[in-house]
Amino acid sequence: MPLKNKDLVWVFAEQSDGELADVGLELLHKARTLAEKMNSEVSAILLGHQVKELSKTLFAHGADNVYLLDDPELKDFRSHPYANLITRLVEDKRPRVVLFGATHTGRDIAPRVASHTRSGLTADCTELKIETLTIRKTEYPDLLLQIRPAFGGNIIATIISPDVAIQMATIREGVMEMGEPDKTRKGKIIPVPVELNSVETAVKIIEKHQQASAVNLKAAPIIVAGGYGADTPEKFQLVRDLAKVLGADVAGSRAAVDAGLIEAERQVGQTGTTVRPKLYIAVGISGAIQHRAGMQESQKIIAINNDPDAPIFGVAHYGITGDLEDIIPKLIAAYKSQLH
Amino acid sequence: MSLHSIVLVKQVPDTSNISGDVMRPDGTVNRARLPAIFNPEDQEALELALRLKDEHGGTVTALTMGPPNAANMLRDCLYMGADRAILVSDRRFAAADTLATSYALHKAILHIGDYDLIFGGRQAIDGDTAQVGPQTAEKMNIPQITYTQEILNLDLKKRTIRARRAIKNGHEILEAPLPVLLTVIKGSAEPRPFEVRRLCTYKRAQSKFEIEATVDDSHDLVWMEELMERAKTQNLYIETWNIEDIDADVEMCGLAGSPTKVHKVENVVLSGSEFKQVPATAEGMNEMITELMQDHIFG
Repeated sequence: MPLKNKDLVWVFAEQSDGELADVGLELLHKARTLAEKMNSEVSAILLGHQVKELSKTLFAHGADNVYLLDDPELKDFRSHPYANLITRLVEDKRPRVVLFGATHTGRDIAPRVASHTRSGLTADCTELKIETLTIRKTEYPDLLLQIRPAFGGNIIATIISPDVAIQMATIREGVMEMGEPDKTRKGKIIPVPVELNSVETAVKIIEKHQQASAVNLKAAPIIVAGGYGADTPEKFQLVRDLAKVLGADVAGSRAAVDAGLIEAERQVGQTGTTVRPKLYIAVGISGAIQHRAGMQESQKIIAINNDPDAPIFGVAHYGITGDLEDIIPKLIAAYKSQLH
Repeated sequence: MSLHSIVLVKQVPDTSNISGDVMRPDGTVNRARLPAIFNPEDQEALELALRLKDEHGGTVTALTMGPPNAANMLRDCLYMGADRAILVSDRRFAAADTLATSYALHKAILHIGDYDLIFGGRQAIDGDTAQVGPQTAEKMNIPQITYTQEILNLDLKKRTIRARRAIKNGHEILEAPLPVLLTVIKGSAEPRPFEVRRLCTYKRAQSKFEIEATVDDSHDLVWMEELMERAKTQNLYIETWNIEDIDADVEMCGLAGSPTKVHKVENVVLSGSEFKQVPATAEGMNEMITELMQDHIFG
């Protein structure tokens, strides 16, 4: 079985109600570049009930194989059965790399799988690479370099798991770019039997409430985001006013969310959404790396800050130093005057 | 039977308050300059456990793995209402990743014995990994409810708990059999203020390290034992456990027991500040907007 040695890079294909989460598809594209370096195929792990059809999408985005675990018990996500079934599959097939989206679901199960299999696991990576490293004269082939900001975003750490067979990571939604699907790609579905004991199915879902989010920052062409410098409702209102005039979506840094000025689903950054709009206006956002990680690939960035040394200027195309209460009205006036 | 909750707590550097002198000129972090605080979500987890105790009776045990000065946070737990505080501390735990940490915590929980619920914050602000809770649950072989927002019902007869958990764009209500581990997200329960009576009592609570520090002659083991016994009988002892106390395998702890290693740390260097400085004037703004319009950024 030549496949056995080459089936080294896996992606958890998260789905809910028969719809695949974008992050799994994003990770499949990343997995392809990782797998090429390892001369390996890419496999997706798909759990659910009556979800076989989704395999086509997974193939189109880069999966060569889909491990399909299809069972009524798996219709809705529950951590114990999902984690244990993935654990058994990982123990059986021994991949080298397993990637999960850093979602409510991925962050729930990845630690359990890593714990049981004694794998290395790094949360919220912003970049992944495969490299062979020589450390103290020992060569470690195909190491997964798990790169993430650490310590309040003041440093970037590269984490490796050199002494264990299986290397795992979670990655936030939107961090890896989703490439174009190739609908002509074909792959192999590998059905996996689902056997669960009563302990594993003991947690019951009593109710589930989920709405399609009205917020889709990822699709917004223009975003105006406020941060710590807009820390009063009055100042944050100016951020909203500017967004309204520009027809933009409003967003915030973690500081703005923590201060209750804006809802968490509008948070941009490593622990929020990663965005790539045409224009990103950062108002009173100092620009800690967690925030920059979520917006620095915007086509144009305007930074407004009263601290000329704020790190946000390091990623900006236009920088305006000064008081936002002075600048925003002028900016609104300038925009309106140019419309006519 | 009476309810016993264990709350996993962590003392963390306050990464949300990084001021100028915390960063050294070379860009590295001076950890010693960061104030140590009670990890916010862990404190909310303790509050949830205390509310269940208020309603159902029983006991709450605060458990931490950390350096000797984590005793400060454990005293906060006692001030809030915890019945018992345990400090798992040993140099050989140093540099533990989440797997080695959860291994040590699970050994400590086994050493504690019977329990019904384990609580913890979803994540600690110094790492934001959210891994230690689920990994501890896995090692205990019990189910988990992560992202807990609210406890809806605890039925001690049926031995089940109902909790509301955040999911993407919504929430779900789960019912789990006891024992179960719950990780708690911010905003679930505003921690209660310290009780004055408890503050007066438990400010004298000490860990083994702190009792040792009060003994002039560190070789005077008899006196040391005497002081420890006194603290225990007065219920003022912060139980202090090392690797042997919890029967942990040294190879599974600290750096040796951590599959993940830090390979490289880079200071954040911003790519050259190539941005255009726009004067805060009407003319400056007009010019910028004209450029953006020419670049088809609007519309």
